[in-house]
Amino acid sequence: MDIELRGITKRFGDLVANSGVNLSIKAGEVLGLLGENGAGKSTMMNILSGLYRPDEGEILIDGKPVSFRGPGDAIRAGIGMVHQHFMLVPVFTVAENVVLGVEPTRMLDYLDLRKAREQVREINEEYGLEVDPDELIENLPVGIQQRVEIIKVLFRSASVLIFDEPTAVLTPQEVTEFFKIVRSLRDAGKAIVFITHKLHEIHGIADRISVLRAGKIVGEGLPGKTSDQDLAEMMVGRPVTFEVEKKTFEPGEVLLDIRNLTVLRDDDSVAVDNVTFSVRSGEIVGIAGVQGNGQTALVEALTGLRRVTTGSVTFQGKDITGASVRDRHRMGFAHVPEDRQRAGMITDFTIAENMALNTYYDEPYSHGIVMDWKAVADNSAKYATAFDVRATSIFEAAGHLSGGNQQKMIVARELSRDTKLMIAAQPTRGLDVGSIEYIHKRIVAARDEGDGVLIVSSELDEILALSDRILVMFKGRVVAEFGAGARPANKNDIGLAMAGALA
Amino acid sequence: MSEENGRAALSAELMKRAAPGRTDFEDLVIVPVLAVITAIVLGGLVMLATGVSVGAIGTAFVALFTGSVGSISAISETLTAAAPLTLAGLGIALGFRAGLFNIGAEGQVLIGGMAAVIVGFSFESLPIYIHLPMALLAGAAAGAFWASIAGWLRAATGAHEVITTIMLNLISFRLVDYLLRSPFVQKPGRADPISKNVTESAQLPQLLSWLDPNMRVHAGIVIVVLAVILVYWLLFRTTIGFEFRASGLNPDAARFAGMKSGVIIVVVMGVAGALAGLAGANQVLGVLGRASPGFSGGLGFDAIAVALLGRSHPFGVLLAGLLFGALQAGGRQMQVSAGVSLDLIAIIQALIIIFIAAPILMRAVFSFAFQKQARR
Repeated sequence: MDIELRGITKRFGDLVANSGVNLSIKAGEVLGLLGENGAGKSTMMNILSGLYRPDEGEILIDGKPVSFRGPGDAIRAGIGMVHQHFMLVPVFTVAENVVLGVEPTRMLDYLDLRKAREQVREINEEYGLEVDPDELIENLPVGIQQRVEIIKVLFRSASVLIFDEPTAVLTPQEVTEFFKIVRSLRDAGKAIVFITHKLHEIHGIADRISVLRAGKIVGEGLPGKTSDQDLAEMMVGRPVTFEVEKKTFEPGEVLLDIRNLTVLRDDDSVAVDNVTFSVRSGEIVGIAGVQGNGQTALVEALTGLRRVTTGSVTFQGKDITGASVRDRHRMGFAHVPEDRQRAGMITDFTIAENMALNTYYDEPYSHGIVMDWKAVADNSAKYATAFDVRATSIFEAAGHLSGGNQQKMIVARELSRDTKLMIAAQPTRGLDVGSIEYIHKRIVAARDEGDGVLIVSSELDEILALSDRILVMFKGRVVAEFGAGARPANKNDIGLAMAGALA
Repeated sequence: MSEENGRAALSAELMKRAAPGRTDFEDLVIVPVLAVITAIVLGGLVMLATGVSVGAIGTAFVALFTGSVGSISAISETLTAAAPLTLAGLGIALGFRAGLFNIGAEGQVLIGGMAAVIVGFSFESLPIYIHLPMALLAGAAAGAFWASIAGWLRAATGAHEVITTIMLNLISFRLVDYLLRSPFVQKPGRADPISKNVTESAQLPQLLSWLDPNMRVHAGIVIVVLAVILVYWLLFRTTIGFEFRASGLNPDAARFAGMKSGVIIVVVMGVAGALAGLAGANQVLGVLGRASPGFSGGLGFDAIAVALLGRSHPFGVLLAGLLFGALQAGGRQMQVSAGVSLDLIAIIQALIIIFIAAPILMRAVFSFAFQKQARR
């Protein structure tokens, strides 16, 4: 089945999300769709999957114009979407999830699960998916859950599969497996749309590349032929540097010393298991690992948000195991939390108020209990400018900023104080190339000025680009160390360690 | 150098305040105004449906107007009714700002009122400038204590404040009944539960009795104005208010910023309870002169509506308090002149809240009054 989008335009009020987009999707081909956040990728795919109706333009399936009145129409036409966030019921089995909404029934509405299992097995065999139809979703690793999503789409007899940032949640090994599946789907004649903002992936999987910027298709490329540099320039609209420039590695004194740290999750399961490492001044330590292997709890324990069960944390020779969040702020901790909207900022607060969130209690921002809003505003305007936060006014609600600017605002707030140690969790998750470049530069600048930096990221490329030393966490333990005296960093080995092969 | 100049210019640019947006204006002004109008129109339809003649409905609305703002004595009644509603409403609004749903104002009003009455009748010969502040403070302190129990339970055990404040209300009703029959409180020679009278030195002086002894408006309205200003200052000008608002809007971010949510909850409830306690003191020291069972008369619940209508902003609460005070004063006149039941006022109040709580409904019904919203 071939699909063609012709002159698609979609507006939301004054905002033009898509403007005159032409795109062709062909059976037996993988179309890579590159674009930054906010470029209009999601809007376009939502139009294709029937969630939005275009204001102008038409969709043609095999040359015939169609119009979708809702997602149901698109599904019936054979268009299936695999979302970035899985839509699965954790306590249901694979088969139950797959048939949800289109359950095969017998007389008196009797749910025919045997038939469901049978159909799941058939799809399994056809595309080599290897998923047990009777396993509960909650027991499956993320990579397999994604396959369940694929089976769901295939079960509804889709001939066009749209993948929205499918690799964001996968380990490097899982990505390889996933690519195999995508190829087998393509070879079976399916048309595939692969949405991503990661350049290196697109070369490995796409047959054709289209780049979207500010709602328009700004260029086409061929994998392997068009360089990353050119693709990135199309995406961002200006030349981009990939290499993070760093001064030579000259680590100073040990700043943060963590000994035999054990931390529990809220449900008393062990999140961090007897971890020992240190961060020196002028050093970036990167913690690699698939999400959910204890990194969140580690960061919370180090920033005073979660109680340490056993072990100790020392900062500049002083035991701070039980120190409060605020004590640590005052000692020079900067913390960029992993979930920026949930924990890093208050979306209904103004930029100025957000920039004061962890300094408001000290001079000059308050005298006694009386806030000095003038001082707060001066400081936020100064740092919003210095950190390139694009806003019309610091009295604008922070929630109105784009993701990249929100993160820049948080980084500005954290580094606007006299810091000694920066802890950044997923500092560039979901950001556009331009913002990533900028935030990386700032992190490296902090290190070059002698701060110790601890970075937690599930993005291996980010860890590799920034870190002087890399630790891999798996099931709460540090299972491998790379760089600076240990074995040299190597993507494949780190990937294996992330998957637990070195545990 | 030029780069520095450029930065300074950019900073200055960022310091400019954008004019309040159209959406803010719609949310803060148009929605409440339309809600009030719609509710009054629907109130008329309710009268029609219950068999009131069109002429009587007209009389009723005229009476509603004249009874609330039509004369000095009407305004006096409006202010008298508005004072406790505004005070208790401020407390509830403060809770909303901090993310707490305090249903307990009714109980806090009762406990605060009781404390004020007890201090009010216990001293015979104190000068007013000592006795009155003492009685008011006793009311505030007792209300604060009562509300803090719920705050402490929430902070220490996670018990939800909606549940605990409702239960504390029930306890306070019976506690007041019990106290009113205790020999120390009960008026000598009376068999029914009623307290001794507050001595004159603890009463809030009436302001317009020199014009007409029936004008009940009293010095409590000065306390209301001071409380509005104080709550505004607390919320928007102090670190404490900053913490209240931060933890109300995003408790996680507040925790990550090192704010202590437990302490904040207890303090918020304490301040809210103090304001409700003052509302109780205002009633017993300014209007009733003594306490009787259920003397709060549901004002702690009406105050929830006042806080909602006022969008949890101190000045908004003041306006909403005045509106509800006017509805009460006018409603009584309506009952007298047109024979329409006072319960209609309760219906109108309830409708106002429903419409305020359903801004999308307002936007849909009165689409002409709103700018078209960008749909996402």
